[in-house]
Amino acid sequence: MSLKIRKGIPLIDQHDKNGMWGGKFGGNFVPETLKKPIEDLENLFSKLRKDKSFIKERDYYFENYVGTPTPLIRLDNLTDHLGGAQLWAKVVSENPGTAHKVYACIVHCLIAKRAGKRYVCTDTGAGMQGKNLAMVAKKFGLKAKIFMGLRDLVRQKKNVDVMKKYGAEVVPVTSGSQTLVDAVSESMRYWVANCQDVHMVIGSTVGPSIFVKISGYSTSQISRELKVQLIEEFGKIPNKLKLLNCVGGGSSAYGFWSEFIDYDKKHVSLIGVEAGGSKKSKLHAAPLSNNSKLGVLHGAKAYCIQDNDGQIGETESLSSGLDYPSVSPLHCFLKDSGRAEYTSATDEEALNAYKLVSKLENISPSLEPSHAFATAISLAPKLSKDTILCIDSCGHSLKDSDIIKEKLGFYTE
Amino acid sequence: MKSEIQLTFENCKRENRPALLTYTVASDPNKKKSLQIINSIAKYADIIELGFPHSTPVGDGGQIQTSSNRAIKNGFKMRDTFQIANKFKKNYKNKPVILMGYYNMIYQYGENKFLKDCKKSGVSGIICVDLPWPENKDFAKKCKKKSINFIQLLAPTTTKDRMRKIIKDSHDMVYYISMLSTTGGKLKVSPKKILQNYNKIRKINPNKNVVIGFGITDKTISSLKSAQGLVCGSFLCKTITDSLRLRHNPAEKLGKVVYNLKKKIL
Repeated sequence: MSLKIRKGIPLIDQHDKNGMWGGKFGGNFVPETLKKPIEDLENLFSKLRKDKSFIKERDYYFENYVGTPTPLIRLDNLTDHLGGAQLWAKVVSENPGTAHKVYACIVHCLIAKRAGKRYVCTDTGAGMQGKNLAMVAKKFGLKAKIFMGLRDLVRQKKNVDVMKKYGAEVVPVTSGSQTLVDAVSESMRYWVANCQDVHMVIGSTVGPSIFVKISGYSTSQISRELKVQLIEEFGKIPNKLKLLNCVGGGSSAYGFWSEFIDYDKKHVSLIGVEAGGSKKSKLHAAPLSNNSKLGVLHGAKAYCIQDNDGQIGETESLSSGLDYPSVSPLHCFLKDSGRAEYTSATDEEALNAYKLVSKLENISPSLEPSHAFATAISLAPKLSKDTILCIDSCGHSLKDSDIIKEKLGFYTE
Repeated sequence: MKSEIQLTFENCKRENRPALLTYTVASDPNKKKSLQIINSIAKYADIIELGFPHSTPVGDGGQIQTSSNRAIKNGFKMRDTFQIANKFKKNYKNKPVILMGYYNMIYQYGENKFLKDCKKSGVSGIICVDLPWPENKDFAKKCKKKSINFIQLLAPTTTKDRMRKIIKDSHDMVYYISMLSTTGGKLKVSPKKILQNYNKIRKINPNKNVVIGFGITDKTISSLKSAQGLVCGSFLCKTITDSLRLRHNPAEKLGKVVYNLKKKIL
C-alpha cells in the first residue's frame, strides 16, 4: 500500500526512465532485437502527442468513425428490479467495432502511417481486437495480420469471419493453451522477425511499456466522454459514484477510469472485475483478486498466474477476452496504491448477469462486461439509492451468441 | 584469473578455428537423456549452452518451443538445470557450460540463489533472452562479482552507439544475433552481410569474443567459419525431435550431427 499515485499527471505517464510504474511494474523485458523498434516508437509517440495535426486527426476519426460520444444510459428496469443503487451503463460497444478496442486501433494505425509502415499485426482473444484492427487497417490502407489462439478461433468464429471479410490474414496459433497468451507471444515473435516493415499493435494495456501507454492513451477517450456526460446528467460528478469495469489486460478499465483517478476513492470508487473461471474449476484468469505473484510476461513485470518455477500458469474463462494470465502494470499500480479494488466473477455469474441485463434492458453486453454487471448486480441492493453504479459495457454479445445459446439455450440480440 | 570461457576461445584461436557452441534444452526429452545428449555432444563442442525451458518463449521459433514444451511436459523443474550441469561438469571439468533462458525463471528462483547454484554446479555463463541492456546492468554486475559471465546480446537493429555501450558493459563473450528472426529461422541474410556486421562489432573492442547465432545449420555453418564462435541450437533441437519420432537414440544421433558440424568449420 506504500505506492503513491501523483495527481495531475495521467497514470500512463507516471513511470520512471525504465518504463516502470511505482518502481516495480511494467518495463521492457524484451529481446535485444526489439529495443530499437521500441525506442523508435517511444520517440514517435511522444512527438505525436504534442502534434496538433495528429490530435486533430485522432479526434476526427473518433468523432466521425467511432461516433463519439457513446451513450450513457440509465438502467431503469434493472435498478427497479434490484432496489438500492442506481445503475447506469456507458454503452461503449455502440461503435462500428462493437468494442472499446476501436480507439487504440485507430491511434495505432495513425502511428503506423506516420512511421511509414504498411503492415500491422496484433493478437486477439475474443476477436474484438482482431476485428477492430482488421476494420481500421482496411480503412487506412494497411495490411493486417491477426494472431489468434486456435481455441479462441473456434469459440469466437463470428469475429473471425468479420476479420476475413475486412481482408485481414488470420493466423491460428497452435502452441501452448491456444488462447490469448499464446496469440500475444506469436504476434511478438512475428514482430521480432519483421520489425522493420511491421507495426505491432498489442490489444490491451500490456506488453512493453510503450504499448501500455498507447493503449491507455487511446481508451482514455471513454472517461473523457463519461465525465462530460455525468456532469450533464447530474450537474456534477455524483457524490457516491462507483465505476465498474471488467479487467483482462485492463485497457477498457483504464480508459473508463483515467479521468477519475485523481478523485478521492470515497467519492469515486473504481472496481475492477476479473474472470473467476468456472465455479467448478480451480482455474481462473484473475491474478489481482487472487494475489498472484509478480512475474515477467510479454515484456512487462506484473502480477501473473504462474507456478513456483515461473512457468506461466493455465487460465480458464468462458470469456476469451479476459482469459489472460497477467494484467496491466497500470492495474497493479492502482491495486497496490489502494486506489482501485479488484474482485472476480465466475462464468456462471457472468452468464446470469447477461441473462438478466439483456432481458430487462435494451443492451446486450458480451461475456466480458457481463462480469462487471455480475458484480454490480450483487452490490446494488446493498447500496443507498443515491449511489450511482456505472458499468462500462465495453463489448457487444453478438460474438458470444454460440456460447450463450449453448449455455442458456437461447440467444436474442 | 581467466575464465573457462576466455580460455576456450584462446584455445580455439590457437587451433585457428571458431569455437563451436551448442544449445540444447535441459530435460529434453527428459532429465537423464538430456544429460546423455550433452555428454555425447561435448566430445566435439567447445561450449555447452543448456537452456532452461520456459512456457512462453517470445524469442524462440518452433523447434526450441517444441523442445521446451517436451521438457516441461516431462516434469522439468528449475533445479534440474543445475543437477544436469553439475553431473556434466564431473565428466568434462574444463568445458564451459552456459545457461540460457528467460528472466522470469531467474526472477522466481531468486537472482542470488540462481547465481549461487550456478557457482556450485560449475556454470560459467548466463544468457538471458529478455533481459536486455540497460535492464540487465544490476544482474550483470552481480554475475561479474561471482566470476560468472553475463553474455550480452547484439542484434542487427542495435545502433552503433548502443553497441559501444553494451560492449563496454560486457564480459568475455558477446552474442551477435545474425538476422531479424526468432531462433530457428531460415538464414535470410547473406553470410557476407552477416560477417560485415560482425566485423564492425569486432572492431569496437577486439578483445571481446564475439559469437554468431541464429540460422546456423549444417548447411550454413561453414560459410561463417571466420567468426570466433558459432552457436547451433534449433538445428539440434529439431534433430532431437526427428530422432524421437524415428525411435533413434537422440544422444547417439546428436553426437554424430555435432561431429559433422565441427568437421565443417575446421
